[in-house]
Amino acid sequence: MSGKDLFKNRYQVLRIIILLFASIFLIRLFYLQIIDTKYDALAKNNAIKEVDVYPTRGLVYDRNGELIIYNEPLYDLMVTPRAVKDADTLKLCELLGFTPEQFQKKWLDMQRQKGYSTRKPNVFVKQISQKDYSRLQEFMHLFPGFYGQIRSVRKYPHRVAATILGDIGEVDEKQIAASESYYKPGDYVGKSGIEKVYEKELGGIRGKKYVYVDVLGREVGSFNDGEFDTTAIAGDNVITTLDILLQEYGEKLMQNKKGSIVAIEPSTGEILALVSSPGYDPNLLCGAIRGKNFKALREDTLLPLYSRPTLATYPPGSAFKPIVGLIALQEGVQGIDYTVPCSGVYFFAGLQLHCSHHHPSATNIMYALQQSCNPYFWQTFRNTIENRKYKDIHDIYTKWQHYCNEFGLGVKTGVDLPSEGRGNIPSTTYFDKMYGKTGWHSSNIISLGIGQGEVLVTPLQMANIFACIANKGYWVTPHIVKEITDPVTGKNVTHPYEKHTVSINAEWFEPTVEGLFQVVEAGTARSARVEGITMCGKTGTAQNPHGDNHSMFAGFAPRDNPKIAIAVVVENGGYGSTYAAPIASLMVEKYLNDSISTRRLPMQEKMFNDNLLRKYGVSINKSATLSPGGDE
Amino acid sequence: MPRQESIGDKVDWFTILIYMVLTLFGWLIIYSASSGGDEVSIFDANINSGRQFRWMIASAVMAFSIILIEGRFFVTLSYVFYVLILLFVLSVFVIGTEVKGQSNWIRFGGFQMQPSELAKFGASLGLAKYLSGLGVDIRKWSDKWKAFAVIGTPMLIVAAQGDAGSAMVFLAFSLVLFRDGLESYFLIVGTIVAVLAVLALVVNKYYLIASLLAVSLFVIYFSWKNKRVVVTALVLWVVAAGFVLSVDYGFSKLKRHQQDRINVLLGKEVEKDRDWNIKQSIIAIGSGGLIGKGYLNGTQTKLKFVPEQSTDFIFSSVGEEFGFLGSIVLIALFVALFFRLLYLAERQRSKYSRIYGYCVVSVLFFHFLINIGMAIGVAPVVGIPLPFISYGGSSLLAFTLLLFVFLRLDTQRYETMR
Repeated sequence: MSGKDLFKNRYQVLRIIILLFASIFLIRLFYLQIIDTKYDALAKNNAIKEVDVYPTRGLVYDRNGELIIYNEPLYDLMVTPRAVKDADTLKLCELLGFTPEQFQKKWLDMQRQKGYSTRKPNVFVKQISQKDYSRLQEFMHLFPGFYGQIRSVRKYPHRVAATILGDIGEVDEKQIAASESYYKPGDYVGKSGIEKVYEKELGGIRGKKYVYVDVLGREVGSFNDGEFDTTAIAGDNVITTLDILLQEYGEKLMQNKKGSIVAIEPSTGEILALVSSPGYDPNLLCGAIRGKNFKALREDTLLPLYSRPTLATYPPGSAFKPIVGLIALQEGVQGIDYTVPCSGVYFFAGLQLHCSHHHPSATNIMYALQQSCNPYFWQTFRNTIENRKYKDIHDIYTKWQHYCNEFGLGVKTGVDLPSEGRGNIPSTTYFDKMYGKTGWHSSNIISLGIGQGEVLVTPLQMANIFACIANKGYWVTPHIVKEITDPVTGKNVTHPYEKHTVSINAEWFEPTVEGLFQVVEAGTARSARVEGITMCGKTGTAQNPHGDNHSMFAGFAPRDNPKIAIAVVVENGGYGSTYAAPIASLMVEKYLNDSISTRRLPMQEKMFNDNLLRKYGVSINKSATLSPGGDE
Repeated sequence: MPRQESIGDKVDWFTILIYMVLTLFGWLIIYSASSGGDEVSIFDANINSGRQFRWMIASAVMAFSIILIEGRFFVTLSYVFYVLILLFVLSVFVIGTEVKGQSNWIRFGGFQMQPSELAKFGASLGLAKYLSGLGVDIRKWSDKWKAFAVIGTPMLIVAAQGDAGSAMVFLAFSLVLFRDGLESYFLIVGTIVAVLAVLALVVNKYYLIASLLAVSLFVIYFSWKNKRVVVTALVLWVVAAGFVLSVDYGFSKLKRHQQDRINVLLGKEVEKDRDWNIKQSIIAIGSGGLIGKGYLNGTQTKLKFVPEQSTDFIFSSVGEEFGFLGSIVLIALFVALFFRLLYLAERQRSKYSRIYGYCVVSVLFFHFLINIGMAIGVAPVVGIPLPFISYGGSSLLAFTLLLFVFLRLDTQRYETMR
């Protein structure tokens, strides 16, 4: 019967349908599980997360073991939106100090962040201080889905030396590329100062761990018992050459003045203090407040971010005279007792050049230095440049320039700070361009003899040449970092710094030092004289076409076995003896004697209090409006 | 006189064996999916496997009881059960509680259960009773409508409670009707409708309507002489175009997550995270490879990347931990069960028992089809359990009831049951 056949048939049809779908499943499963191998990687990606373990950044000490940079723990408040259930947001607002509107805005901002996911932890509030966080932590159970992640920021307990110590900030594209992608977006690296220069040492080496994470991004255990993990290697500690108390003192002396102080230990090239004024509290550029403060500092017309000691250049003026003298003596164009009659006017090549002041004619170089006699050094420079020993002026001048370069002028000293100016000692090419190849003579460049004209030096170079004079013929590359210590092994690494010897015989330094000693004892820098300290130095008054002259002083002390070489520049401070010399003497006295003698306290007070900001067209205390954030 | 055969000799032990293997296997998988890698006992009542164990005991007791009950009890009271179950399902509207967005749960004491799971059993009894009635012929339209009503009533009620997945399961009964003689063109038309519906969602609807017109014009060109064909082609085109437009309209009226589920399946772009479930499930299964990561070693499922791990997406645990081989074994077990049940259904002397048997196979098969299909990305995301495997007391009890009533009827296959 046909009906029966049909029934049988339909039984078969149903069996075929079942087999058909089962086969579809098997084919699909075969494809997913056998053919397509990407899922294994996807699963690993999903469940096994590679987590960076950040090393602690190295600490920074001053030369006496005083801690000057350390890490302070801070917390980022993270949130996994999917895991947020019945969180008491009002209470959270209260603890975070937000209004509900601010909270809402924060939340929206977070949602706009790159890589935002409702299933992964996102940074909700950045850098909460330990104090605020501990209060928050007490109530954390009320906010499921939220948790705190520890981070750290740099702290600068002494609040000085901002441009030297530098700061850290988020790494930029260029740095990422330069590091061959060692750094990742969001990493913190040194942005300036020694934080930048010693990034490799301070930064340590990042570790990695592999962890299982659950669907909400929470770590739930380590992968293969940490078999593939690498530990983070903490950053090295850095011991600087700075004397942080001297630095503090220097910044206080320079407050409300624009300028620099550079103090170097001559025998080692160690920088004892490097004041850039106006400075700022380095804590201003730490943590969440960095962006806002950086902008304010960048827009400040006094340029607090500018590292004046290493970048600003000035004509050295009279402070350059010792170098002119030394080169002449070495070249043998004149002796120590060479005499230049000075009537106050110097006639040369139809020019009438005036000496700055009246004094008896100099009968030797010592007296010439003591009186800072311009005609003496014009003549000395002329003698040097007109030396018949050489083929022509190019030959002589190139040699002269070479001497200057040996003193670290017109070239970088090689200091271990990120930016350094080279100053300027003009080259023959420069004069060739200016006057034609055969068109220039000693008369064209005579102002170089008294440190004017095209000569430009940085305060660091100035301190350095006096360190060289103090050492009677050599200088060591000035530097900020003395030792680098591995905090785990305690192993010390000290980089030897290069010793540069100038090709000037030691015998010529003695009269120069004597002259510089007389400058302070009885010459133009009497204001720098300190009872009991044999200080040598030279004032300088750099002509400033834009306003009052810059007050400068450079010197060293004590005369025998010198401990400190110093250069001070106070912009628009007038004569060198007005501000620079007294400030230098106070620094030297502080460093050598540890205290200021009672007699000199009024001078210290005057330096502390004098305010030159009006000269810079700035209302007083303007920069004082920037106060550091944090919980102080 | 030959010894009276005991019930234990007559019951189909092969089916019971598969049932027990599946249930035990499911229990182990539930433990793996719910323990989260912690050191918890499989019996711990705080995790799903511990609770499932109690449901397994309860199911065993129930299965045993059913075997002892006279089969005619179910046959005679089919309509009574059908109506009582409908009322029970309806009661959800009054005393129901909402769990996970679906208001089809009833709580009593410490339990909560889904009456809709029972609705399938009720519909099976009702349908078997109706179709086995004297003179009822599914090929007659008057009887067709009544059969549709028996299936459609619980289906609509379940759908009204927001459980679209469970409502869809009632479509499975079309296989029963087919087996009972429903004309083949229903199958053909049904297939065409399904294909058109998918096309309407994937292809631009105007192009689709234009293409359909091209097809009908093509037919008209070759049968120009035959007026009947011409008219039919044109009418069919109008009907098809209307259908395409209404599918498009209907789709736009669906809830957002329902649209997304369909879009995910059709491979269309959906908003990020919307296809998360299905992606994670496929990753879990795909990462299982040939032999799997080993029992309790699944990372995707253990770390809760796959949602509804011990219920709707339990197959992803199987795929991840037991790999391709394990998946084949599980699918083979199900196919064996279906074939066995089809065989048992065919050997029934009474029409009631045979139709009821087909109901059981159809329901189980539909669950199998949708649940595994969803987990491997070839069926829409519809939250229905994998029979005997997925966690859940209501579904395990309901499936056990459904199956063992049939096994009981099978022991009386030489008797006339009506």
